[in-house]
Amino acid sequence: MEQDTIAAISTPVGEGAIAIVRLTGDEAISITNQILPTKDLQQVDSHTIHYGKIVDPKTEDQLEEVMVSVLKAPKTFTREDTIEINCHGGMVSVNRVLQLVLRHGARLAEPGEFTKRAFLNGRIDLSQAEAVMDLIRSKTDRAMSVALKQMDGRLSNLIRDLRQQLIETVAHVEVNIDYPEYDDVEEMTHELLRERAQYVKGEIQSLLRTAKQGKILREGIATAIIGKPNVGKSSLMNVLAHENKAIVTDVPGTTRDVIEEYVNVRGVPLRLIDTAGIRETEDIVEKIGVERSRQALQDADLILLVLNGNEPFSKEDQALFEAARDLDVIAIVNKTDLNQEIDMNEVTKAANGAPIITTSLVEEQGIDELEQAIADTFFDGELDQGDLTYVSNVRHIQLLEQSEDALNDALNSLEMGMPLDLIQIDITRTWELLGEIIGEDVHESLIDQLFSQFCLGK
Amino acid sequence: MYDAGRYDVIVIGAGHAGVEAGLAAAKRGAKTLMLTLNLDLIAFMPCNPSVGGPAKGVVVREVDALGGQMGKTIDQTHIQMRLLNTSKGPAVRALRAQADKVLYQQEMKRVIEKQENLTLRQGMVEELLVEDGEVKGVKTETRACYYADQVIITTGTFMRGKVLIGDIEYESGPNNQRPTITLSEQLDELGFDLVRFKTGTPMRVNSHTIDYSKTEEQPGDEVPRAFSYETTEYITDQIPCWLTYTGEVTHQIIDDNLSKSAMYSGADRGTGPRYCPSIEDKIVRFNDKPRHQVFLEPEGRNTDEIYVQGLSTSLPEYVQKQMLETVPGLEKAEIMRAGYAIEYDAVVPTQLWPTLETKQIQGLYTAGQINGTSGYEEAAGQGLMAGINAAAQALNKEPLILDRSQAYIGVMIDDLVTKGTNEPYRLLTSRAEYRLLLRHDNADLRLTDIGYEMELIPEERYARFNRKKELIQQEVDRLTGYRIKPSEEVQQIIEEIGGSKLKDGILAIDLLRRPEVKYETIKRITPPEEKLPNDVEEQVEIQVKYEGYIKKSNQQVDKMRKMENKKIPDHIDYDDISGLATEAKDRLKKVRPLSVGQASRISGVNPADVSILLVYLEQSYKTKSAANE
Repeated sequence: MEQDTIAAISTPVGEGAIAIVRLTGDEAISITNQILPTKDLQQVDSHTIHYGKIVDPKTEDQLEEVMVSVLKAPKTFTREDTIEINCHGGMVSVNRVLQLVLRHGARLAEPGEFTKRAFLNGRIDLSQAEAVMDLIRSKTDRAMSVALKQMDGRLSNLIRDLRQQLIETVAHVEVNIDYPEYDDVEEMTHELLRERAQYVKGEIQSLLRTAKQGKILREGIATAIIGKPNVGKSSLMNVLAHENKAIVTDVPGTTRDVIEEYVNVRGVPLRLIDTAGIRETEDIVEKIGVERSRQALQDADLILLVLNGNEPFSKEDQALFEAARDLDVIAIVNKTDLNQEIDMNEVTKAANGAPIITTSLVEEQGIDELEQAIADTFFDGELDQGDLTYVSNVRHIQLLEQSEDALNDALNSLEMGMPLDLIQIDITRTWELLGEIIGEDVHESLIDQLFSQFCLGK
Repeated sequence: MYDAGRYDVIVIGAGHAGVEAGLAAAKRGAKTLMLTLNLDLIAFMPCNPSVGGPAKGVVVREVDALGGQMGKTIDQTHIQMRLLNTSKGPAVRALRAQADKVLYQQEMKRVIEKQENLTLRQGMVEELLVEDGEVKGVKTETRACYYADQVIITTGTFMRGKVLIGDIEYESGPNNQRPTITLSEQLDELGFDLVRFKTGTPMRVNSHTIDYSKTEEQPGDEVPRAFSYETTEYITDQIPCWLTYTGEVTHQIIDDNLSKSAMYSGADRGTGPRYCPSIEDKIVRFNDKPRHQVFLEPEGRNTDEIYVQGLSTSLPEYVQKQMLETVPGLEKAEIMRAGYAIEYDAVVPTQLWPTLETKQIQGLYTAGQINGTSGYEEAAGQGLMAGINAAAQALNKEPLILDRSQAYIGVMIDDLVTKGTNEPYRLLTSRAEYRLLLRHDNADLRLTDIGYEMELIPEERYARFNRKKELIQQEVDRLTGYRIKPSEEVQQIIEEIGGSKLKDGILAIDLLRRPEVKYETIKRITPPEEKLPNDVEEQVEIQVKYEGYIKKSNQQVDKMRKMENKKIPDHIDYDDISGLATEAKDRLKKVRPLSVGQASRISGVNPADVSILLVYLEQSYKTKSAANE
């Protein structure tokens, strides 16, 4: 049977209390073991569930706390070893886990592939074969239309452009091989090849970086509200939430109480981070306001920094601005309904170009201006959806990561002075992987390129 | 009409495909008849006087490893031999020989005449004898009926061949031989899809009229080399080729006369190969190039004819003359034969099984240029496979199909029968996805066992081959077990070759893996007990140095094989499979792939279709085994 290990998110897309990444295949357990250092799943009994922490072995970052079900062959749906990783709800965590298992040897499942395996391994009744085939067809069609929708025109153009550069390079190497006496072609050298490979690698890396920004737009802009105690963080949140019908996601029963609230501000999806924290600490005397805010900063894409207009600009305020440096910040001077003690010059200086909005949250003044500022930040500045090419699809990200790996292999071989026709294998592989992203047929194009680029005889 | 006898296998044609087909079938024990238009033109080279080159040279070695003839004959009759791509990796090195055309033919004829079980006869086949979808024999124009259940057509460019020079055209095979008209018509009637292809050849000029002082000499290699693993005697007396160039004036002449070129006159013509363009094509498609290479290649030792490689053309003869006058060294060159284009019918190769048997007519095989390929080597590879398989069918043995990881021959046939071709097909190294495994140096290691199994490799040679394999393994084992100590002497050797000194002891095999270290170096540090043959040393070096890449390729091959091993029964009804896309259904019905792997390579069949096909096959398999219980 097909023994490679496949993985996919098995719960519906969208918000749920939990989401599950499922793996099946010979390496399901060993792959999971690599990212779950706290427990050796080879040793546990089948059909048991285990608590653990997912860690990215490369960065040693702890990503998620999860519950892992271990189902060993043959008593599983696919009759292969199967792992189900239960993650916190929301697409963020489950996507991270999926990408991690893909990076460690699993392959993203094709549409209907779990069912197909179940059938091929004799788990599903023969009479259902027809249904399995229909499922594959319908899921593929749907997946294709979704993938097409997710495929930004700019992305496919960019990938096409990179592929063109690669294939020209490959054709160059090939023509040196198949027509060794052909004098007009500059001999492709290690230097030239390295230059081109480096360039494409750089482009792929920057695409992978924008993948993060693409995610922001899909999953909401992680927004942290920070400020000293009693400046009105809680009111700000309530106003935003109230005005915009917040959806509260609560994840009970796990060790970490994470509450995220989703609001949509003039088309910009905001995901308000650690709102529970804000609520709690505003009720009691906050001792760790700044500390806590720093924490929130780590995950945030947008910072709403709240100041009390009724108090002078303080060292703590300054510290918060400094902590938020390099991030998108909107400064909010609140409590305009009270006496203004704050020195706006100091605020302007600290804000260093970031927009400053004055509000009275209790009287709901300045809310419009704030919302406009939020919208402007994301449709004007560098997170402008209109100017950036976003990679959002997990499959695309995986293919880009594999392309980067293949290019690294090529660059390593270049370093070792391997012959070009061997290095070219990895370059061609990169070209094929990029082709998979935009669904281009790989065959013949190389040979077409060869004959259109060079005038060949002999 | 008379009964001229019964055979197991009949081969129509004695070109490069025909001779391999006939010899292989006869060697396997099939009573074989070879019919050809002209006994004096067996294995004739109507175009360039050379054999081999990148990919093609590997095919010649593969033919040899499988017990074919091409390599042996060219080894005995060449005027020059070169190893190409020596500065590149081992995967793309290849031999090329300049042939003595006449000697090559004579030698081939001698070998064929000597071959047991093989009858050689002159005759034009007019008609195939076909009954109920099975071939029964052939009828010649002299009314002889030869009977056989296996017939291999290797008629090259002869089917409805038409020669074109300027506005002159006449029905003809290459080099003014008679074309085959009725055979093409009959295939048409039998329901075969035929396609019109075109190729061309340059003029030949008289050597005495060339001023070689204006050209560059291109000598052969000094190191003696051979295609065949049986060759022990080498030709040392080599003849050089010469290189010159076209110029702006040449291009102007061509451009001015373009409308007079048969291929550019606007008439609807067959499709020509892009990899072997006429000089007109080169000027039109790459008009920014100031010059094109022209190689002057002798056609043999005992002739003054020089092949003008690079000036393939269908321009009128007088324009060809004008053109030559502008090329340095050829100003006074006298044309002995004019260049021409030739149009011909080819069989759309997706109508063949991978054995090269046609799907429509049982027992009928086609091989060589008739299948839409070009090149002597491509023809020889197909001829050999058709001969092996036709004999197998006649003698009730298993057919032989080579896969894409075993041989360029396998790549070529798989490409042809799975994807077809829309221009004359030439093998290129880039067509082989496992190129690193399909090397010129390891053709024997890949294929000799198969050749032996096919009874095409003599015992003595097979024993020698096994000895070579043993020696390679022994040496690799020895290097794996031997630790080199960083003695002063060793450090000095390593420094000499520009390597960095050893810090510790190192296994000989690991030292060999270093980019700068050759087997030569290892031999100096730790020589084997007995001096090893050169080809063994070469093998050890390549296998060790490129082990990582070879492993990677082998993993891909394993993956491919899994799908190749999932067979599709011939009686499958694609209309019965729900969920298959319409385009996939159409393509599958046409190609009728033998395995899921082959199906997946058909354009228009996407991964979802392959998944659905797998599920369907599993279902039928289970239904069947349930019924048997």
